[in-house]
Amino acid sequence: MTGAVETALRARIDAGGKCLVPYITGGLGDDWLDTVRAVAAAGADVIEIGMPFSDPVMDGPTIQEANDRALEAGVTPQTILDDLRHADIGVPTAVMTYGNIAYHMGFERFANSLAAAGVSGCILPDVPLEEVGEWASAADEAGVETVMLAAPTAPDERLPLIVERARGFVYGVGLLGITGVRSALAASAVEIAGRLKGVTDKPVLVGVGVGTPEQAVEVSQVSDGVVVGSAVVQRMLDHAGPEGVAALVGEFRAALDEA
Amino acid sequence: MTMAEPTESGRFGDFGGMYVPETLVPACQELDRAFRDAWGDPAFRNELDHLLRTYAGRPSPLTECHRLGEELGCRILFKREDLNHTGSHKINSVLGQALLAKRMGKTRIVAETGAGQHGVASATAAALFGMECVVYMGTVDIERQKLNVFRMQLLGAEVRAAETGSQTLKDAVNEAMRYWVSAVEDTHYCLGSVMGPHPYPWMVREFHRVIGDESREQCAELLDGGVPDYVVACVGGGSNAAGIFAGFADTDAQLIGAEPAGGAAVGRAVPGIVHGSKSYLMQDEWGQVLEAESISAGLDYPGIGPEHAHLAASGRARYEPVTDAEVVEAFQLCSRTEGIIPALESAHALAWIAKMRDEVAGKTILVNMSGRGDKDVNQMMDVLGS
Ligand SMILES: Cc1ncc(COP(=O)(O)O)c(C=O)c1O
Repeated sequence: MTGAVETALRARIDAGGKCLVPYITGGLGDDWLDTVRAVAAAGADVIEIGMPFSDPVMDGPTIQEANDRALEAGVTPQTILDDLRHADIGVPTAVMTYGNIAYHMGFERFANSLAAAGVSGCILPDVPLEEVGEWASAADEAGVETVMLAAPTAPDERLPLIVERARGFVYGVGLLGITGVRSALAASAVEIAGRLKGVTDKPVLVGVGVGTPEQAVEVSQVSDGVVVGSAVVQRMLDHAGPEGVAALVGEFRAALDEA
Repeated sequence: MTMAEPTESGRFGDFGGMYVPETLVPACQELDRAFRDAWGDPAFRNELDHLLRTYAGRPSPLTECHRLGEELGCRILFKREDLNHTGSHKINSVLGQALLAKRMGKTRIVAETGAGQHGVASATAAALFGMECVVYMGTVDIERQKLNVFRMQLLGAEVRAAETGSQTLKDAVNEAMRYWVSAVEDTHYCLGSVMGPHPYPWMVREFHRVIGDESREQCAELLDGGVPDYVVACVGGGSNAAGIFAGFADTDAQLIGAEPAGGAAVGRAVPGIVHGSKSYLMQDEWGQVLEAESISAGLDYPGIGPEHAHLAASGRARYEPVTDAEVVEAFQLCSRTEGIIPALESAHALAWIAKMRDEVAGKTILVNMSGRGDKDVNQMMDVLGS
């Protein structure tokens, strides 16, 4: 069965477009849900909701700071899910957090909580293929799509295994490194997109190191679209407000639509 | 029981595994293959043995501590890892890892450090092998271990401050892992304890097994073929404990890990996933990792190596807390009675004996004197107000 994340992305792809998945740190600022809604209205196909974890090893300074601010403000997985449950967002959401948040609550309970809050997908960047089995079964059971990451370091024979287990979309890691805006798109971004497109029909989105509309357009010549994290979160940290964040997402949308 | 190889998925019982970003999985798998290959290769073993003898000063002696024993009402033997080059047990694993990194064609090592001992050992090995070395250290630890920071710099390493979170060991590990994610192709992550993703907990323990193997032989000689009643070691991530336990896991000796009261991961017995493996972990009701708090920078860590979680869960070893005050007491007692200034970390093991003196009365206790206290003298001047 195809979930809401994959369905939304396929709709965009089938219409000849490129997918845009912005990342919003859950609970960051009192108006964070307004931001999520504004970003949906600005042309996001799916929205990634970051659920802060104390030790985010895949994240660079921007998302770390957003994490810390949210945690200091008392945000918990439960407050984020409670907020989301009543939010009318208009596009599917996928939670991105780290393995221990899910493990601590219990994989089954966590998966069910996501589903109950209307969250369609989940990304656990420190739970690779070798460890994902238990979580993925619980997620499958609850109808939550487990997005898998594929990195430039993966040997060719590993990619088919990753895309096989992926639901929603396959998340190509654009560079050797952690989340954050870079001045130029790494060559590895286009490369991983190409390698993944060669082994799967599932949507292939590239994230990590995609920080400007130009970079999004560049990698989307090969990928089905992009995940944009730090650039969006930086706007939130700068108190740009829902309109300010949505304006940036609108720029990405426009650039992708024009290309 | 014995401390054997983990399962193919890197597990000790329910604990361990390889919970790392996808980018690092191939590197961990490559390391697993490379270590397996090297550990089975007599040439590698000989080269490492040679280095341990001629460079690190092994075998380290076993010292019977008569005056301290008299004071505490038991027979105490110190395994003198404090006499190793660079002043702690850390050199055992670092020489092994650097040799392995070289064999794998890596040109740089990155390490995290708490007290600075692992950082100094890493910088030392890097200098010896002509490799680049980057060491992450929490801002708080940089302050309380200034001497070791300077030492690392003298040795040619670049010390980088981990300014996030609690600014201690846990955050230094985060930063080192982030660095590794970015530089994985030419860099070996020289992890400082029996933690992290497979194969680290197993590999680092094997590199420290020499502590246990030597002790077993030395004890046999001293105790007419016998083994001590207790083997006691301090536990941060658990490398010095794993090394010495490995020599006695198959005997009747009781294995004791002394945890700082403010970092007692096993005491709370809540499993969690951080820094690459599943183990006991101090965390809040939502799974956010808590900050440990200990007088000793080297034990200021909210987790523990997965094999220790398994040894605890299976009942083979006990892990018990001692307070900072008890440690300060033991630190002074050891200095005065034995002329050995222990590392604050190692003083935890001594504090456990003092605390449990009723239980251990008349028994023979092997203590891993994991390091010397030179690095802690400045801090203790403040603590003792002299
Ligand atoms: C002397 C000494 N002992 C013990 C430790 C703690 O590490 P582990 O628990 O891995 O032995 C350290 C760490 O810095 C140390 O310097």
